[in-house]
Amino acid sequence: MGEKRTVYMDHSATTYVRKDVLDAMIPYFAERFGNPSSIYHIARDSKQAIDTAREQVAAALGAESDEIYFTSGGSESDNWAIKGIAYANRKTGNHIITTKIEHHAVLRTCECLEKEGFAVTYLPVDNYGFVNPADLENAITERTILISIMYANNEVGTIEPVAVLGAIARKHEIPFHTDAVQAIGNIKIDVNAQNIDLLSLSAHKFYGPKGIGALYIRKGTKIENLIHGGGQERRRRAGTENIAGIVGLGKAIEIATGDIEGHNNRIGALRDRLLTGILETIPNVHLNGHPENRLPGNINISFEFIEGESMLLWLDEEGICASTGSACTSGSLEPSHVLMATGLPVEMSHGSLRLTLGDANTDADVDFVLSVLPKVVSRLREMSPLYNGGKKGGYNVQ
Amino acid sequence: MYSDKVMDHFRNPRNVGEIENADGIGNVGNPTCGDIMNIYLKIENNVITDAKFKTFGCGAAIASSSMATEMVRDKTLEEAWDLSNKAVAEALGGLPPIKMHCSVLAEEGIHMAINDYRKRQGLSLWEEKDPCSHAEEGESQTCQH
Repeated sequence: MGEKRTVYMDHSATTYVRKDVLDAMIPYFAERFGNPSSIYHIARDSKQAIDTAREQVAAALGAESDEIYFTSGGSESDNWAIKGIAYANRKTGNHIITTKIEHHAVLRTCECLEKEGFAVTYLPVDNYGFVNPADLENAITERTILISIMYANNEVGTIEPVAVLGAIARKHEIPFHTDAVQAIGNIKIDVNAQNIDLLSLSAHKFYGPKGIGALYIRKGTKIENLIHGGGQERRRRAGTENIAGIVGLGKAIEIATGDIEGHNNRIGALRDRLLTGILETIPNVHLNGHPENRLPGNINISFEFIEGESMLLWLDEEGICASTGSACTSGSLEPSHVLMATGLPVEMSHGSLRLTLGDANTDADVDFVLSVLPKVVSRLREMSPLYNGGKKGGYNVQ
Repeated sequence: MYSDKVMDHFRNPRNVGEIENADGIGNVGNPTCGDIMNIYLKIENNVITDAKFKTFGCGAAIASSSMATEMVRDKTLEEAWDLSNKAVAEALGGLPPIKMHCSVLAEEGIHMAINDYRKRQGLSLWEEKDPCSHAEEGESQTCQH
C-alpha cells in the first residue's frame, strides 16, 4: 500500500503559499514586527517593507504606488470599491451597473446597496459567459455612478473584454471597477491601457498568503472610506498593517507577474491535455465557458445524468480536490448563479465539475485524474435513473 | 461534513438497481432540484421481500436511498409506511440540516412505491400524514420546483 496521493486541482479556490514567498514573510512575524506607525528603528524596517510591497503591486498593474491600498483581501476590496464609490457619489446619482456572474462579494454588496435606495442593473452574459459591450452602453443612464465588471470569472474562467468595457465607462466618465481576483498572474494587466479606475486583488489566489489583498484606486477618484479608525494607508484604510501579509503579497505578485506567458503556456498545456482526455473518454459532457478565451488553468465541465457533490466525494476518496457548481455544496438549493446565467439547464449545472490547475500540477497529476474520473462518472451513472446507457437523447444544451 | 455511516452507505450503497417486474415503484424528486430517486419494491403477502433504488443526487441522497431500502426490507407494508425520514436520518448517524430533504425524499419514495402497489392491487391509497410532520426539521429546506 503506497501513501495516498493528493492531487490538488482547486487553485481558483485558493493556492498554497510558495516557499520563496513564505521565506520572505517569516522575518516579519517575530523579528521585524514593529508597528510601522512608530518612530523607532524596528518600525522603520516595517515601513520600508510596506513601501517595497506597494511598489511591487503597483508595478504588476502599471499603476503608481500611491494608488495601491492594502486590505484584508478580495471581499474587502470589492466592498470598499462599490460602497465607497456609491456613498461618495450619491449626490450625482444612484445607479450601479454590474453583471449576473460576479463573485458574491460584488453581488451581495450591490444587493445591500439596493436596500439603501441604490438601483442596480445586472447585465446578462451569453452562453460562454461574455458580457456584451453594447449591453453596457445601453444600460448607462445619467444617474450611473459606478460600473463593476469582473476581469475573469472564477467558475467558468471566461475572460471579459475589460479594456473595451473600461473604454465605454471612460467615455461616459463613470468610475470603472474590476474584480481581478482570478486574473492576476494569468493576464497582463495595465490599468491605464485597460481604462481601469479601481481593481480588487487577493494574494491567496496567486501563491501568496490568505487575509491580505489590495485595492487599486486611480488618483483623483472620489471614494469614501470603508474601515474607519487610525490613519493607516494614507488615512484611507484604518487598522495596523498586516506586515508579513503585505510582504508576502508583494513578493507573490512580483513572481506571479514576472513571466505570465511562460506560466500560461505551461499550465495551459496541462489543462488542454486534461480537457482533451476527458472529452475523448467520457461521453455526454458539456464544456462550460469559452473553448479558448478562458483562464489557462480552468476546466468547467458538466456531466449529464449525475450530480456534482457525489462526484466530488468520490474524487476526494481518490485524493483529488475539485469543486462543483451543484447546489448540494453551496449551502443552498440553488445551483451556481454563473452557470445559470450562461443559460445552462439547471440539471447540467448540478452536474458540473470545476478543475483548476496550478503551478504544482504535473503531467502525472493529469494522468491520475484521467485514470480516476471516467470510473467515478460511470459508477455514478450506473446508479442514476436518468442514465439510459449512453444512448442518444440526453439533455438539450444550446 | 458527513457521518461515517453516511460515507459508508455512499461508498458502498446497498440495493442499487432496478427490480424487474417490481410490484410497486416510486419515482420522486426532480432533476432541477438536483435529486431524483426511483424506488422499486417486491412485495409478497403484504411483506416487502426486496427493495432497490436508482438515485441521481448528492452523497446524502444516495446514502438515504441505500439506508431506506435496507430498512424497509422484510417489513410489512404498514411498518414500511411508518418509516419516517427522521428514522432514516438517525440510522445514518444524522444528516446536515441542509440535507434533511434527502431523507424526506426517501420517505416519499417508499410511500409512492407502496401506493403504486396498492393501486395495482385495486386497494385504496393510503394518505400521507400531516404534510407538516417534517416541519420539525426546522432548518430543512424543500425544493420549490
